[in-house]
Amino acid sequence: MTRGFPILLGLVLSIGMAALAFETDGFRVVTSAGARQLAVERQPHPLPDVRLRDQNGSLFSLSDYRGKPLLVDFIYTRCPTLCSERGDDFHRMMELANNADAQIDFLSISFDPENDDSEALRLYADRYGAAPRWRIAAPTDAPGLSALLQSFDVVVIPDGMGGYIHNSAIYVVDARGRLVRILDPDAPVRILATAMQAASQ
Amino acid sequence: MNARTIAISAAASWLILSLPPLRLALEREMAVQMAVQMPLLIAVGVLLAGWVRRYEPHWLDDADWLGISGIVLVVFGTSIWMLPRALDEAVGEPLVDLAKFLSLPLLVGLPLGLSWRRMPPLGRAFIWANFIPKLGAIGGLYLAAPTRLCAYYRLDQQNLAGWTLIAIAVALGLTSFFAAFVGWTPSCGKHLPPVAATGAGSESTLHAAPHILA
Repeated sequence: MTRGFPILLGLVLSIGMAALAFETDGFRVVTSAGARQLAVERQPHPLPDVRLRDQNGSLFSLSDYRGKPLLVDFIYTRCPTLCSERGDDFHRMMELANNADAQIDFLSISFDPENDDSEALRLYADRYGAAPRWRIAAPTDAPGLSALLQSFDVVVIPDGMGGYIHNSAIYVVDARGRLVRILDPDAPVRILATAMQAASQ
Repeated sequence: MNARTIAISAAASWLILSLPPLRLALEREMAVQMAVQMPLLIAVGVLLAGWVRRYEPHWLDDADWLGISGIVLVVFGTSIWMLPRALDEAVGEPLVDLAKFLSLPLLVGLPLGLSWRRMPPLGRAFIWANFIPKLGAIGGLYLAAPTRLCAYYRLDQQNLAGWTLIAIAVALGLTSFFAAFVGWTPSCGKHLPPVAATGAGSESTLHAAPHILA
């Protein structure tokens, strides 16, 4: 053993701990989704102004929602599993918001505009009872789609059976049009309460 | 092998592994990234150690007393690259993948190759006895998670990765059990590390660990 030993070991320990702390955001997250949730919570994330077409064929922009909080999820209408649960959750939240007269809107965005034309979106809206407050929409062009997926950090991978696997998160956008929370699926009443609180901060 | 052959084959393997078609093919399955690509990248570093050792300054040989500092670096490196976030971002973010391709050979494989020979037999046994359960535990965590931990991998791929890590842990555990209690060593080389190996100083100890560390 030489004098160099404590120096080298100290160096290695500090570098190792620093790298581990960096990769886990200070020992708080181990997944990329967790890291993203934490990042958005600390620093609201601006969103691109993307053109979308809804289930009635009408065009609108994401920025049209400014002034009111917005809950967003990502879907594709052929989705057999996850989206149907999310559809029921969104319907329940819409009812709760109606009853409480809560100022909040709902938007389900399809990441599969190739298959999801207005007709498909309308069928989806009918299936889950999407009323005025809740729109089902798809971006009008490919750059808009990729800008949306990138800024919401939605990763879509093929499921090997013609469908897709995608993030199941619910995104809270505040009245200034910034992404302020990424929420894991939970009871609709809790999601709604968390969203209203986060958007009002 | 002479020094130059070692250096060239290490560089060539590193280059081949980083070629986009092979890189993407190995990263398509979570289990393959963890149990094939990462160990191969570590092996490149271990191979490189065979060349670097010839030019290793005396002070480093002194300062890396009993190989402790080197093996601590290895433990940190392997732990970080077992996290779901690291696996995920290696697929989704080119810069993180670059970090993986640099850090696994240079900060894990190379120190492993250099320090392993300096470690006493009991120290090596300690590292094995730590690494094997950790591998099994991480595999168990991947299996137990009800949701996907990586955005880029499906749940069935995550399960396969979990079972693969557990299978490797069981294989390593059985091997080291027999090595420790029966004195049997794998036929591919008497000096291979699992626990009972005491071949310190032998060239072949170097080629031992890479295929197992993930």
